[in-house]
Parts: sequence; C-alpha cells; structure tokens
Amino acid sequence: MTEPLVVLKDVNKHFGDLHVLRDINLTIGKGEVVVVIGPSGSGKSTLCRTINRLETFESGSITIDGNALPEEGKDLARLRADVGMVFQSFNLFAHKTILDNVTLGPVKVRKASKSAAEKRGMELLERVGVAQQANKFPAQLSGGQQQRVAIARSLAMEPKVMLFDEPTSALDPEMINEVLDVMVGLAREGMTMVVVTHEMGFARKAANRVVFMADGQIVEENEPEGFFTAPRSERAKDFLGKILTH
Amino acid sequence: MGDILSKYDILGAFGLTVYLAVFSAIGSLVLGTLVAVMRVSPVSVLRLLGTWYVNIFRNTPLTLLMVFSVLGMTYILGLNLDPSDIKGNATRWAIVMLSIYHAAFVCEALRSGVNTVPAGQAEAARAMGLTFGQSMRHVLLPQAFRGAIAPLGSTLIALVKNTTVAAVIGVAEAANLMAVIIENETGALAVFVIFAVGFVILTLPLGLLFTSMSRRLAVKR
Repeated sequence: MTEPLVVLKDVNKHFGDLHVLRDINLTIGKGEVVVVIGPSGSGKSTLCRTINRLETFESGSITIDGNALPEEGKDLARLRADVGMVFQSFNLFAHKTILDNVTLGPVKVRKASKSAAEKRGMELLERVGVAQQANKFPAQLSGGQQQRVAIARSLAMEPKVMLFDEPTSALDPEMINEVLDVMVGLAREGMTMVVVTHEMGFARKAANRVVFMADGQIVEENEPEGFFTAPRSERAKDFLGKILTH
Repeated sequence: MGDILSKYDILGAFGLTVYLAVFSAIGSLVLGTLVAVMRVSPVSVLRLLGTWYVNIFRNTPLTLLMVFSVLGMTYILGLNLDPSDIKGNATRWAIVMLSIYHAAFVCEALRSGVNTVPAGQAEAARAMGLTFGQSMRHVLLPQAFRGAIAPLGSTLIALVKNTTVAAVIGVAEAANLMAVIIENETGALAVFVIFAVGFVILTLPLGLLFTSMSRRLAVKR
C-alpha cells in the first residue's frame, strides 16, 4: 500500500442503543479507491460521514494525512476543506447559481480571488460537462447534472481525499452512468476516494479494494475481483447472492 | 373637519410614526438576526441566552417597556439619550424599546425560516470547510430570510401599529396627536376614521409588498 492518508483506529459509535460502528480499523492509502458496500443499516454511510466528522464518534481515533480530527471550530473547518464530500441528495446551495456553488469554497475558505475561482470553476464545470448551465440555479438542472456539479464543487477545493456517500442512489437509472463516468475518470487520475455505493460495476471497474460492512463491522476486505468471485465470509456470500442474481 | 386638518399637523405626526417605524424596523431586524444566530449556534450558553431574550421580551407588554424606558432607565438610572431635549430622549428610547421588543419576534420568524432550509445545506457548507459564521452568512441566513419573508412581514406590520404605544411616553406620533385632537375638538368619530385610514395607508402596501416578495424570492428546490 502507498503512504496512508486516512487512518481509522478502533472507532466506535452508538445511535442510542444501536451500536452503528464497532471497532472499525481501516487504512486508506494515497491514491487508493476504496468502495464500501453492505446491506442497508450496516453503518457504511455513517462510516463515510464520520471521516469528516459530520458524525461524531465516541472512542478510537481518525487521522487524515497524519493529523487527528479536531473536536470542533476553526481547526475542524480547515481540515474539512481538504476532504471533499459528495452527498446522496447533492445538497447544492439552492439560492446560488451553479458557478457560485463552485466558487464559494475557494473564495471564502481558500481566499482565492473571484476571477481566479471563476476561471477554475468554469474549467471544472467543463470537465464534468455542465459548463453551459453555469448561470442556472440547481433546481433547473437534472439530478445527474446536479451531482456532477456537486463533484466539481468538491474538486474546486483541491481535496486530498474525496468521500462519496451513495452518490447515485437518488438518481434516475439513465443518469447514473454520467455520474459514474466522472468518478471513474477521477479514480484513473489518482484521486484518493472512499465510495459508499451499490454500484457493483463501478467497484469492479475502478476500485482498488472493496470493504464489506454488516452490522457496524468490517466483515471482509479484498481486491474487487477476489471479493466478487470468491467472497470468504458467509455474510458476504449471502449479500452478493441476493444482489447479483438479477 | 377641514378645520381639524388645518389646525393640527396630522401629516407631521404620521411622519414621526414613519420615522419611529423605519428606525425600529432596522434595529429589530439587526438585533433579531443576532439573537436568531445565537439560538441556532452550537454553543449552549449562547443558545440559552437567546432563548431567555425571546422569552423575556416576547412576554413583556410593550407599554411596560416604554414606561420603564423613561421612568426606570432615564429618571432612576440616569440614561438620558438626548439630554438637550426631553422629547428627543423619549423618541430615542421609543426606538430602542420597539427594536428590543420586536427583535424577539424577528428572531422567531427567522428561526422558522431556518427550519425551511434542509439539513443537507448546512452539512454541505460545513463539509466544504466553511466556519459556523461563514455557513450562516453565505448559506443558511440568505435562505432563511427568503423562507421567513411572510412572517417577517407580519412582524413589521405589527411594528408599524405598535409605534402608537410610544404615545404613553409623550412621543408626538399619530396616536398621541389623535388623543390631543379628541380632547380639544368635537366629532371624535371622524377623527378616528382619519387616523385609521392613515394607518391602513401605511400598512396595506407593506402587506402587499411582502406577499409579492415572498412569492418572487422563494428558493426553488
């Protein structure tokens, strides 16, 4: 493995009585693409959200590029700026134009000049194929377009690692591929990515490693081919049996 | 009737009503926004202070605040806002008290506006590294204001009418003049109508304006 970038050590978290993360140990190397899969309620989204502390955790430690996650406040904000996040429900800022969505972070957090941020923003929108929509508002775009803008918005911050929390789950089937294509492109360019998804095709095509979670635990980790063709645990066999038969 | 209109400066009195309303509106919007930010902040002490503010001032009669400003703040505590002019002091205190009182309502209107903003908007703002203040200013408050325009409109209309309470501390605004005219002249009913129409002229356009703004500025999701 390359130099470790994100390291989770013995992370535990409860939602009330529910033990959602149990002793999670996971190391993600620079440039690695890790796909997290598992049945719903297995804690995979929570895991993803814990990495940039959108969810708190009770014990254990998480470090990003050698720095432990700060509790709250300005230090945490600074660290989050280096961790891109793409949500299931896009979460583009509804009152801002597409271009303003992409430039807000660079201007306010990175203190880039407006003109430089707009130039870079247009390049990124061009790259994800929505440059013609730059002056529209999010509600005027299709789901697939919105999600591609959300990816461009994350990229504008030049993050060290990007988290994808079920990026295609809220999309109509015909729009899933346009988003996955952008993500595969990113993976090929060496972006470090943690992707929570149900898209097994993406996992096979782009992942370096598949992490299978169930009941808050990491049950199995393997490279994609090995995992899909010869899962070791009963839980994974059962899960794959249910989703791959159709 | 024409007699009354020529003898008394009704327009001037309504001018003072407008003066009170404009400055109190600005004051209450600024103060109310601050209190609303406190009430949604992650710091529990600030949240508690904000809650206290709203509970104290929303539940105190405005008349009492007005009387307290002159009898309590000015005479007992010696806080005179315009030592050269007793009327000026009352007018300034009226603006302060109207602002403080309506800030509680502005805060609650804004908080209901914050609730119209989906949680994902704040999460996206935080995830990109904006601080609490930045995500408030650039993401949450602009959307909260748009979602709160209708209740903010009601609050500001109430504020215009509540300026009449300043009459109890001798501020010569419309209601004060009305009391003077009724004292001195006959035909009280006509006088009532004149002043009622005056207030309708002030508040009705305000209501129409806010209704159209709430439609035009609504955030499309």
